[in-house]
Amino acid sequence: MPIKAVNDFVLRFANVNGSGSASANLTFARAILRMGVPIAPRNIFPSNIQGLPTWYEVRVSGAGWLGARGGADFVVAMNPQSFDRDMAGIEPGGYLFYDSSRHIPASRFRDDIVVLGMPLTDICNAQYTDPRQRQLFKNIIYVGALAALFDIELSVLETLISEQFKSKPKLIEPNLRALRLGHEDARARFDCPIGLRVARADAVGERILVEGNQAAGLGAVYGGATVCAWYPITPSTSLAEAYENYALRYRVDRATGEKRFAFVQAEDEIAAIGMVIGAGWNGARAFTATSGPGISLMQEFFGLAYFAEIPAVVFDVQRGGPSTGMPTRTQQSDLLSAAFASHGDTKHVLLLPEGPVECFEFGALSFDLAERLQTPIFVMLDLDIGMNSHLAEPFQWDDARRYDRGKLMTATELEAGRDFARYLDVDGDGVPFRTLPGGHPNKGAYFTRGTSRDKFARYTEEANPYVENMERLLRKWETAKSLVPAAEIRNARGAADVGVVYYGSTGPAMDEALAMLAAEGFEYDAMRLRAYPFGPEVAEFLANHDRVLIVEQNRDAQMRTLLLIDFPQEAAKFVSILNYSGSPITARFIARELRAREGVARRIQEAAE
Amino acid sequence: MTFIVKPKFAHPALEANALGFTHRDYEGAMSTLCAGCGHDAISASIIHACYELSLPPHRIAKLSGIGCSSKTPTYMLGQSHGFNSVHGRMPSVLTGASLANRELIYLGISGDGDTASIGLGQFAHAMRRGVDMVYICENNGVYGLTKGQFSATSDAGSKSKKGVANKDTPIDLVALAIELGATFAARSFSGDRKQLIPLVKAAFEHRGAAFIDVISPCVTFNNHEGSTKSFDYVREHNLALNALDFISPREQIEIDAAPGSTELVRMHDGSTVALKRLDDSHDIHDKPAALATLQRHHSDGQFITGLVYLDPETVTLHDRLGVAARPLNAMGEAELCPGSKALESINAALR
Repeated sequence: MPIKAVNDFVLRFANVNGSGSASANLTFARAILRMGVPIAPRNIFPSNIQGLPTWYEVRVSGAGWLGARGGADFVVAMNPQSFDRDMAGIEPGGYLFYDSSRHIPASRFRDDIVVLGMPLTDICNAQYTDPRQRQLFKNIIYVGALAALFDIELSVLETLISEQFKSKPKLIEPNLRALRLGHEDARARFDCPIGLRVARADAVGERILVEGNQAAGLGAVYGGATVCAWYPITPSTSLAEAYENYALRYRVDRATGEKRFAFVQAEDEIAAIGMVIGAGWNGARAFTATSGPGISLMQEFFGLAYFAEIPAVVFDVQRGGPSTGMPTRTQQSDLLSAAFASHGDTKHVLLLPEGPVECFEFGALSFDLAERLQTPIFVMLDLDIGMNSHLAEPFQWDDARRYDRGKLMTATELEAGRDFARYLDVDGDGVPFRTLPGGHPNKGAYFTRGTSRDKFARYTEEANPYVENMERLLRKWETAKSLVPAAEIRNARGAADVGVVYYGSTGPAMDEALAMLAAEGFEYDAMRLRAYPFGPEVAEFLANHDRVLIVEQNRDAQMRTLLLIDFPQEAAKFVSILNYSGSPITARFIARELRAREGVARRIQEAAE
Repeated sequence: MTFIVKPKFAHPALEANALGFTHRDYEGAMSTLCAGCGHDAISASIIHACYELSLPPHRIAKLSGIGCSSKTPTYMLGQSHGFNSVHGRMPSVLTGASLANRELIYLGISGDGDTASIGLGQFAHAMRRGVDMVYICENNGVYGLTKGQFSATSDAGSKSKKGVANKDTPIDLVALAIELGATFAARSFSGDRKQLIPLVKAAFEHRGAAFIDVISPCVTFNNHEGSTKSFDYVREHNLALNALDFISPREQIEIDAAPGSTELVRMHDGSTVALKRLDDSHDIHDKPAALATLQRHHSDGQFITGLVYLDPETVTLHDRLGVAARPLNAMGEAELCPGSKALESINAALR
């Protein structure tokens, strides 16, 4: 039986990289959004410029589930290379839309799906002579056909196309013509609409569609970052570029053209973090954006910034590791290399945004934390958050908010006779005062170094000052616990003895999985970690549950390791659920794994009774 | 030695500069380098240059990497903020510091291991970016702190203290700096204060990336017969026209050369180095000629010293980036945060 669903299906486009399909697919996705129906689009792309298979998935969810679901109900198979694989990925009863210009024997098609063939190449060849036009308009033609198949309002698509080509008005009419051509052909060829339909709704509201990288780059602008030093690396590049684009819009003096920011593409990641640390030492809010390989290269500098106590912000958009790994796939596998970056005893603050809203908020907050704690702050995105568009609540900013510059002793205070010792714990919170170069003519100068020193920043190799300093850094770590975003805890309706722990991009899939299981009668308490180090709420949550399922997107259960270090007494409760395929974790996967664990747990319980 | 505290008193007759500072105000902590180290002579020249230029000490930021040379910022300019960063990465840290506050004076101190080996990449890119700084490489052709390995500036054939000859081609940092876009490139000798002090002063007054390679013999690990960075070898092969001061063992070697002279410098162990001072016939604004001069004399086994290349028409990193005249680190919410109104329109564009 063909699948029948309104506003609840997954459509997958299978294209050839570099064929111009991305913008047509995005137009299609935005049309659904404009009809008031939530969508969750995702790019699945190869590390390649042109020629290899690429997929674009649009999850249509009237209920508003934004995680990856898994499977596809409708596939637009435009790539002969991946045709068989694409067809195999269709749910039973699903639909295959393909270019039937070239004959494909009936035996190659599955018999449990609906096959919709449209001779796209023939249509294009009849209409256009220019090869480039044939390719580009083919994309628009299939969008028109899909509009007919899914009952998407053509006027919405027409408006979107007109907006898209506002700056090139000559292109509007030919694109609209191609759109209508596809729409009319599909209506003549197929029984439209099919079982999968989009129906106008009012479920989007004020929400925006935005990539996490863009949100984080914007957060850095709002957070007062003035120096961005970076080295291009997938999937973080668009974060640095978004910062530059927004800064060019909002940080350029209209009269003089002067920029209130510095944007430097460094020669490598080591130089990028070196510049960030130099700028942070000198009182500018500075950051870099990178991914796993960059984190590896920056290690020595992270140790310096930790030990010499220099503010720095690092956005790590995680991808599949180790080594070059899967540069265009998603993972949460840099937690440990970031948390303990560098040789020697080091620990670093990690912020774990769930999606664009927190990318923006943590993006700005990280600069306050970096200056307050005088240490590097890692904002841990991943490719799924960073490079996919997410439906998110609109960004908000309180104009009364002031930057927290931390313990910065001014020249005026020094002149007034205030004592200054760079590494003296004046307030008991482990955070000393710092001065900026060039402030006071003869007070407050100190020497910054990666070697051990006393409270007055004088070089020493003696044991006591070294140990005292290392212990003060631990007091600072305790202070950090009260400053970082607290974990978000949701309690089941009844008392639950099983707690689920997750973080970052697992959030949307977890929301859906928990709802699915609740409908089946399984209730869990859930804790979304938002930062490392862990606050007291984390200890409490772990203590209050008999079993703790930790869901992560890496092989080695890295968050579990972090929890084990702080809470060894809870070790026996921990069970890991891990997805590290490179594809975003899905609600189906989480639900299946939770059910399985729950089943095992019940059997153990029954056996005990 | 760190346990020796430098006495604070100064001779009452010490002359003050235009800012009212005496020479003592530019000094730093007591050096912990080996007695007679060329690096201490370079520190003294830097101190003297800053004093004579009447630079406000607190407006200088001194940065270094790792190594004997990189320890020296502690021994000068005690009223300045200093930053002893990581090995070979001073250029990037200095670049970042400069981006944060373009109004300070940036002094980068490095060595030949720090600059020509581990940090060659950062050196290259700082030069080509035109970072406004004085970059001094204290070049002794040897790794001192790890006890005498060759560096990338060690000449082919030069012998280590253990008697092993270096087989690799040396890197000429001055030629490289010119090639990479340094707008001020000079070479000098730690013992030639008469030449070095004016060069350091000129470098401070230069807007843009100013590089000085200072040959600085290592009294402990690279001052033996067979080394081409020993005092004696440098003296003998330095193309500079001059008479020498008497050099006693374990005291800093000084020369006082006239332009155009070649001086054979006798080192602590009895070997010699030839230094040739550039004379007036050298056109410092001619880039190809500067590179050719370096090459020609190097193949003759001589180091030319003096200002090798100068381009007064500089475009600095800040110019290229179009960064505001006001230091970025002095800006607050009003200048940096677009505010909630702008955010409304950003949100609207994302619907």
